[in-house]
Amino acid sequence: MTLAPERPVTTPAAPARGTRLVDHFEHGLDAPICLTWELTYACNLACVHCLSSSGRRDPRELSTQECFALIEEFEAMKVFYVNIGGGEPTVRPDFWEIVDHAVAHHVGVKFSTNGFRITPERAERIAATDYVDVQVSLDGATPEVNDRVRGAGTYDAALRALANLRDAGMRDTKLSVVCTRENIPQLDRFQEIADEYGAMLRLTRLRPAGRGADVWQELHPLPEQQRELYDWLVAHGEGVLTGDSFFHLAAYGDALPGLNLCGAGRVVCLVDPVGDVYACPFAIHDRFLAGNVCGEGFAPVWRDAPLFRELRSPQTGGACTRCSAYDACRGGCMAAKFFTGLPLDGPDPECVKGNAAGSLAAVADGTRPAPSQDHSHRGPVRNAPVPVTIARRPPASPCDESPVGPARDALTGG
Amino acid sequence: MLEQSWELNGSVAIRPEPFGALLYDFTTRRLTFLKDRRLVAVVEGLRDAPTVGDALDAAGVPDGERAGFDAALRRLADQRMITRRTA
Repeated sequence: MTLAPERPVTTPAAPARGTRLVDHFEHGLDAPICLTWELTYACNLACVHCLSSSGRRDPRELSTQECFALIEEFEAMKVFYVNIGGGEPTVRPDFWEIVDHAVAHHVGVKFSTNGFRITPERAERIAATDYVDVQVSLDGATPEVNDRVRGAGTYDAALRALANLRDAGMRDTKLSVVCTRENIPQLDRFQEIADEYGAMLRLTRLRPAGRGADVWQELHPLPEQQRELYDWLVAHGEGVLTGDSFFHLAAYGDALPGLNLCGAGRVVCLVDPVGDVYACPFAIHDRFLAGNVCGEGFAPVWRDAPLFRELRSPQTGGACTRCSAYDACRGGCMAAKFFTGLPLDGPDPECVKGNAAGSLAAVADGTRPAPSQDHSHRGPVRNAPVPVTIARRPPASPCDESPVGPARDALTGG
Repeated sequence: MLEQSWELNGSVAIRPEPFGALLYDFTTRRLTFLKDRRLVAVVEGLRDAPTVGDALDAAGVPDGERAGFDAALRRLADQRMITRRTA
């Protein structure tokens, strides 16, 4: 998922006017730059770190006609492109129809896929369509690392999709990698895979959202790996895309290409499969729910939702304002703080100065926010039951495991 | 450049914003920002102005500020956000 413009931003701007662009952006834009649209919660996989806890389709999913109407509204607002995700968006039977409708209405499409349905025929069609970009997800440069989090057979499926796209003549397919403790040692290998398939490497941050909250402790990069990642990103410059994912690493020194600010509700938002609008793709939770597109449409939510107005008003940096790196990292990622139980005006859980260590340790199990929704598969998944060797979040009380266990507290029961 | 005829690249869309405008090139997928409303007016006026200089006049850019606008337009030209008008 993208947090900001993919192509590193340039600011020709002309005559110096004193105000930095990010200062303007903090007050919000008339329309989002980066709009993520999760088309469905249905997915043929069950990745352990899924941001949207996807698996089962939500029966209230927007209809084809409702999707068309939304696209037409995006066109009117001059939303240049949408990042379509899910779930696995290609499992929607009308997926290609929706893509075609967007393209016909001058709304570019970047969609994320696990690659299972990118057949040679589909690849031909994608390559022949302007305004369509594809991001193939791969979270390990070897099957061992990848399939442990994404499921058996998913490494092969992703590489098959990359090959189909390359053979169809598609240029600049994105190879999209969520950086984890297990794959940071493989960065060079990911680059080789991307080169081999004529793709661009796209690295994004593991967020503790959705099911990702359950595995974040075990999978998020270690402090020394964060430094390794930062140095790697600096060395590769604009040749690697990050979706502005790693602005919390800017505290190491030079800013990475991109806006380097939290765009939630300012330049970024998420529309979910039922039309709910959230502040960002990593914040599917009632706390960050701004409204719904059914009824008045998307524009009034984007422009006037009280939550978005709040996010566009001056933010207090809290304890971070005393840190020398605050201007660089701006306190980091709001969603990462929220889902790890940290205060929103304090340091990011992966603060490179180590300023979150104390408060993270103080967060007791059970005080982290519970998810607002969960579309995870309840039974085995056909394609790839994930071999969960990674520990799930420990139960807050024995009662969560067994109804006869002692409850968390005597008043509410288990 | 000031004596030449230019226009917005046909693959570029422009969206006004409170601070100026966003430019997006659907071909290169590149996003660029204009942080000055007069520069927005200049870019939008290129097609109908005989020369870039005329577009600057029409947007009310005083002589003293022309160098800055010239530099900004050259950067936009480097990114192919604006292109030479041939007809």
